[in-house]
Amino acid sequence: MTDLTDLDLTAARDGLVAKKFSAVELTSAYLGAIDAAKGLNAYLVTTPEQALAMAAKSDERIANGRARPLEGIPLGIKDLFCTQGVETTAGSKILQGFRPTYESTVTSQLWKAGAVMLGKLNLDEFAMGSSNETSAYGPVISPWRRKGGTEPLVPGGSSGGSAAAVAAHLCVAATGTDTGGSIRQPAAIGGLVGIKPTYGRCSRWGVVAFASSLDQAGPIARSVADCATMLTHMCGHDPKDSTSASQPVPDFGQSVGQSIRGLKIGIPKEYRLDGMPDAIGREWDKGIAWLKEAGAEIVEISLPHTKYALPAYYIVAPAEASSNLARYDGVRYGNRAAGRDLIDTYERTRAEGFGREVRRRIMIGTYVLSAGYYDAYYIKAQKLRTLIAQDFENAFTKVDAILTPATPGPAFPIGSKTSDPLEMYLNDVFTVTVNLAGLPGMSVPSGMTEDGLPLGLQVIARPFEEETMIKVASVIETAAGRIKAPTKWWRS
Amino acid sequence: MSVDAATVKRIAKLARIRVEDGELAPLAAELDTILHWVEQLGEVNTASVEPMNSVMPMDLKRRADQVSDGGYPEDVLANAPEQRHGFFVVHKIVE
Repeated sequence: MTDLTDLDLTAARDGLVAKKFSAVELTSAYLGAIDAAKGLNAYLVTTPEQALAMAAKSDERIANGRARPLEGIPLGIKDLFCTQGVETTAGSKILQGFRPTYESTVTSQLWKAGAVMLGKLNLDEFAMGSSNETSAYGPVISPWRRKGGTEPLVPGGSSGGSAAAVAAHLCVAATGTDTGGSIRQPAAIGGLVGIKPTYGRCSRWGVVAFASSLDQAGPIARSVADCATMLTHMCGHDPKDSTSASQPVPDFGQSVGQSIRGLKIGIPKEYRLDGMPDAIGREWDKGIAWLKEAGAEIVEISLPHTKYALPAYYIVAPAEASSNLARYDGVRYGNRAAGRDLIDTYERTRAEGFGREVRRRIMIGTYVLSAGYYDAYYIKAQKLRTLIAQDFENAFTKVDAILTPATPGPAFPIGSKTSDPLEMYLNDVFTVTVNLAGLPGMSVPSGMTEDGLPLGLQVIARPFEEETMIKVASVIETAAGRIKAPTKWWRS
Repeated sequence: MSVDAATVKRIAKLARIRVEDGELAPLAAELDTILHWVEQLGEVNTASVEPMNSVMPMDLKRRADQVSDGGYPEDVLANAPEQRHGFFVVHKIVE
């Protein structure tokens, strides 16, 4: 019998409904795979009893012919989503032991659709990072290695545990969140599909906040179809999030495999960076050729303010983070350090509870919002954000979607970029513009480097036109062929 | 402008994060590098540009002015580092 964990979402769902195997068998296979992959450090918490109970319920519903859309599908949840009664840490020491008494809207929708929770996935602390190295619970090791090599590589971040778990077949699919590229970058360098939907598509209620005007939840999965199915069940209006969109949610799966004949695809000239590795340019050119072949019209476009996106982001995101993270004061939840008075307790609690990168970003955010600097930094960045959004608006009068590289390079060795924060920030150079403008963006695998590491492309669409984006990504997926999963060298 | 140790001390105070004296200088250098890098935004003339204040154009939603949730103090206190008699416990702040 084949390993059940090698079935993607679509195949697993078909197998369950056809009663080729039970949901309990499928979940047990994943729990076994997770146990044998402890060395990757992808999961922070596993919930085997809950998973098996949910799976048993799924088997009952399948037996009664009452299967829901994600019935019996085992998922991993980024540890930024609050899960009732299950420890939720955001990858931070300050939240160690925190057990929410409520469930995030996105995860509760997935459970209502029949999915099974395997556990909580590692991430950069408060989702601040591009390599999963800022987690207080240790880095995640990528299941990918260079051809013939054993050097441990990063899975990307901040949804690094999510990408590693999906790539290593430790869950069928996973939830992620994306503030500057945190779904698309780890998906791309992990040979996976990742979607950051339009701002407002997924409720932010119950998701630990990083930068509220940029944060969006989304799926990471093994194929475009799987990712589209997940997205359908993660989206929807939520009165508990005042920025939640009331647009109707289509069945995104219907867009997979649809023709793109006649669609206009924009190629932004500003994304061809100096010093970009040849492989990245090559993947991009391949993608352009595939879309042309499929009947799309390729149009060169200009997004003139692209180079200002990262610096604007590193004002706006820390500013919002410094405000959001003010709630960790050691009073109502989270860890408290002993101090001589209230202020001293706050200061010690936050110095001990937050890691280096989080402290750094809170300080930057505090600085740019402080009296005398607010206009020079924060307002200036919000003005640049307007210009960046206008660049896209102008482009979308001429094109239906935009194709760019997803990342400036493949997965890199653990520890190789931790000494220089600016070098780490550059990982998001192609993805961060999309968050600043609130647009939907997705990454899709396009090929491999010569030494055997996956690379991906990014498709960007107009607000609420995820369907167009999925159509385009689907064409790329078909042309590129599915990436073969890494060999399971980590199995103990 | 450049960030010095005194500035870091002031920012740390505002951010309510304790920074030991020995960490001030290296932190100042780090923050200075990042702030210098973001200052490239100054190249762009934004005199006539409105700052973005809503990512997606949307009307601010209103809800009925009604209590629709609550009544579970034990849930609210469930994760408190210290609680007593249904209250969060903090240092005495009024003499």
